[in-house]
Amino acid sequence: MTPKQRRRVAFVAALVIASAGGAALVLSALKDNVLYFYSPSDVQSKHVQPGVAFRIGGLVATHSVHRGENAGVTFTVTDGAAAVPVTYHGVLPALFREGQGVVALGALNDSGAFAASEVLAKHDEKYMPPEVVDALKRSGRWKEGAQ
Amino acid sequence: MTGEIGQLALCLALALSLVMAVSGIAGARNGAASAQAIASGAANGLFVFIALAFGALTYASIVSDFSLLNVAQNSHTLKPLIYKISGVWGNHEGSMLLWVLVLAVYSAAISWSRRGSSQLTSAALGVQGILAIAFLVFILLTSNPFLRLDPAPFEGNGLNPLLQDFGLAVHPPMLYCGYVGLSASFAYAAAALITKERDWARAARPFMLVAWIALTLGIALGSWWAYYDLGWGGFWFWDPVENASLMPWLVATALLHSALATERTGAFRSWTLLLAIAAFSLSLIGTFLVRSGVLSSVHSFANDPERGVFILAMIVGAIGGALGLFAWRAPSLEGGTSFEPASRETALLLNNVFLVASTATVFVGTLYPLALDAMTGTKISVGPPFFAITFAPIFIALLLLVPFGPRLGWRRGDLAAALRTLAPAVGIALVTTFAILTFTSPHTLAGAGAFGVAAWLIAASAIDLRARGLKTLQAGALASALAHAGLGVTLMGVAGTTLWKSEALEELGPGETMSVAGYTLRFDGVKAAQGPNYDAARATITVLSGGREIAVMHPEKRIFPAEGQDTIQTAIRTTIVSDLYLALGDQRDKGRWIVRAYVNPLAPLIWLGALVMALGGFAALWSRLRVSRTAGAAVPAPAE
Repeated sequence: MTPKQRRRVAFVAALVIASAGGAALVLSALKDNVLYFYSPSDVQSKHVQPGVAFRIGGLVATHSVHRGENAGVTFTVTDGAAAVPVTYHGVLPALFREGQGVVALGALNDSGAFAASEVLAKHDEKYMPPEVVDALKRSGRWKEGAQ
Repeated sequence: MTGEIGQLALCLALALSLVMAVSGIAGARNGAASAQAIASGAANGLFVFIALAFGALTYASIVSDFSLLNVAQNSHTLKPLIYKISGVWGNHEGSMLLWVLVLAVYSAAISWSRRGSSQLTSAALGVQGILAIAFLVFILLTSNPFLRLDPAPFEGNGLNPLLQDFGLAVHPPMLYCGYVGLSASFAYAAAALITKERDWARAARPFMLVAWIALTLGIALGSWWAYYDLGWGGFWFWDPVENASLMPWLVATALLHSALATERTGAFRSWTLLLAIAAFSLSLIGTFLVRSGVLSSVHSFANDPERGVFILAMIVGAIGGALGLFAWRAPSLEGGTSFEPASRETALLLNNVFLVASTATVFVGTLYPLALDAMTGTKISVGPPFFAITFAPIFIALLLLVPFGPRLGWRRGDLAAALRTLAPAVGIALVTTFAILTFTSPHTLAGAGAFGVAAWLIAASAIDLRARGLKTLQAGALASALAHAGLGVTLMGVAGTTLWKSEALEELGPGETMSVAGYTLRFDGVKAAQGPNYDAARATITVLSGGREIAVMHPEKRIFPAEGQDTIQTAIRTTIVSDLYLALGDQRDKGRWIVRAYVNPLAPLIWLGALVMALGGFAALWSRLRVSRTAGAAVPAPAE
């Protein structure tokens, strides 16, 4: 082999090894570290097990927000067809309102309520998380332009 | 009137970009000086007209001309002047106009540059012209900021309050200087393929450096803004939009290193071309991700899928065209000298392998959820744990190897000598790791190891400078030492915050206290306060340490009546080695409020490190511009 060919072989070999290593890492990480998104209807129909982390999204049901002891809060997330109670301990995002879209991250507890570890903020008033739009469309509650 | 001037300027700019594309390519093909001169003139004209259009929109925003739809939707008479100006790029149409403005600035700069052959410059201008055509058509057809509104409303809708912030006023222009700056190295790479010019990397280098510096600062500003403005105490969320800016940075970093070898010894010639194409393609993909509405992220603003299709078509055109050109022409650019396994080239090769592999992990983590949703309708998200086990190990491996690069010679280096020189740094790194592991808690090897790697980077940079001799130091050597040490400083900040962060959340009434990491916080109540365009609930919190009052802090909650939104204004007390960070939450009954407090040790180092990296970039830029001015092409490139 000429030095040039040798250099090229070394380069390709290094690239192959690195990408194989990278791919292995990525695949094993993807297997364990993705979060699924479910609408309240999905939560009922898919029988999600307690303790399995996922994201839930929908609208905050009107008159469902109750602020409890020491920064605790409970509310209900609905997509019109189903509703799931949510408990949260922390500071709610500034744009959290009844009747508005919300995405929360957490898992179901044994009593069937969603214990949220994070409640996601929207950036602006016009914006609705795409997952929420989709969940509302599937349950037939989405009106174009009505947000 | 302003609207018509802007509209007309945009149309003339489109005509000029057509002239620039045609005459630029023609001037490169037949070498005619007249065609090249026309391309140069068109580039400068393009800049003038787009600046005029941008100025018109800015003027309309300053004087609150609500007969323009864009101004009516995004501005308000009560908004402070600085946010009337920054509001110009706080919305989709204006930000695309800023994008082409930056493109025009780079085009004009290319036309003034005397670093490449006249053919190369001409072809680069031709490519920039094509990009300008695509973006101007995009603006005029789908995102025109000069659309009229009749009748004009009395008052505008206002700007999203989260964007009414100094950090976010500066962040987008900085990031765009980086994104669009990569168009210049893309244009030079395509120009090299068109003209078969082998020495293109030298001409493109200042543009690469400017783009890299701007990206570094832009990403750091964005992260800093998220830190103090969102009130969550975090600095990086592996959010798809953050990833979209990180990927071009990683590839641009690889490009800077690979181009160094290409320029110096002719090694990796094709690879460097590919990286230049990839870096700009990732910038376009970043634009697509942010502007198409396909993402659900904290950065997602209301937007329009049709624009996404247009940008997607541009990405396919740019990547497809450039790769086609590459396949056709790259073989004729081959050739370079060979190098030994222990050499600067090998170090740069490894740098590139690791940077590209880490980019690939971010790419998969960002785009896999989109692909899965498009194909199966399953919605998933990929969060920090994914990146912690994929990106982090690859990047740490890269950081371990970084200090060897500057210590190895071109073509044939002496690994044993490099190790001997760096031995004290190895010692410092091991001692640091051991000390952190022993004397601090929690005792995690990963955390202590991160500090060890950071110490290794900083110490090795200092040793490198010392070994080169401080008196005879070249700016290029200073550049690499600063950039590499900056990485270490940032890593130290990241590790310190992640490892030792304390957090407390409590509901407090007047006079009540809470404690976090040795501080006692006394809540002295909330008063109403007035801003120019908001009402605020302003808390007074006295910080006590060891029984002594050390500070009074005022976190706020602001209500913007025009926009009907609330924002959190955090209060941060920094001592460089640690941040005390307070955010005011909801009001509960009878003057009781939720207060969230964080102590983030070493957090400021995260952004300080980025600043040091950018200084390294400036040093490299300075050495380049100085060399070209004093001696022209004959002087060998310094050892950046």
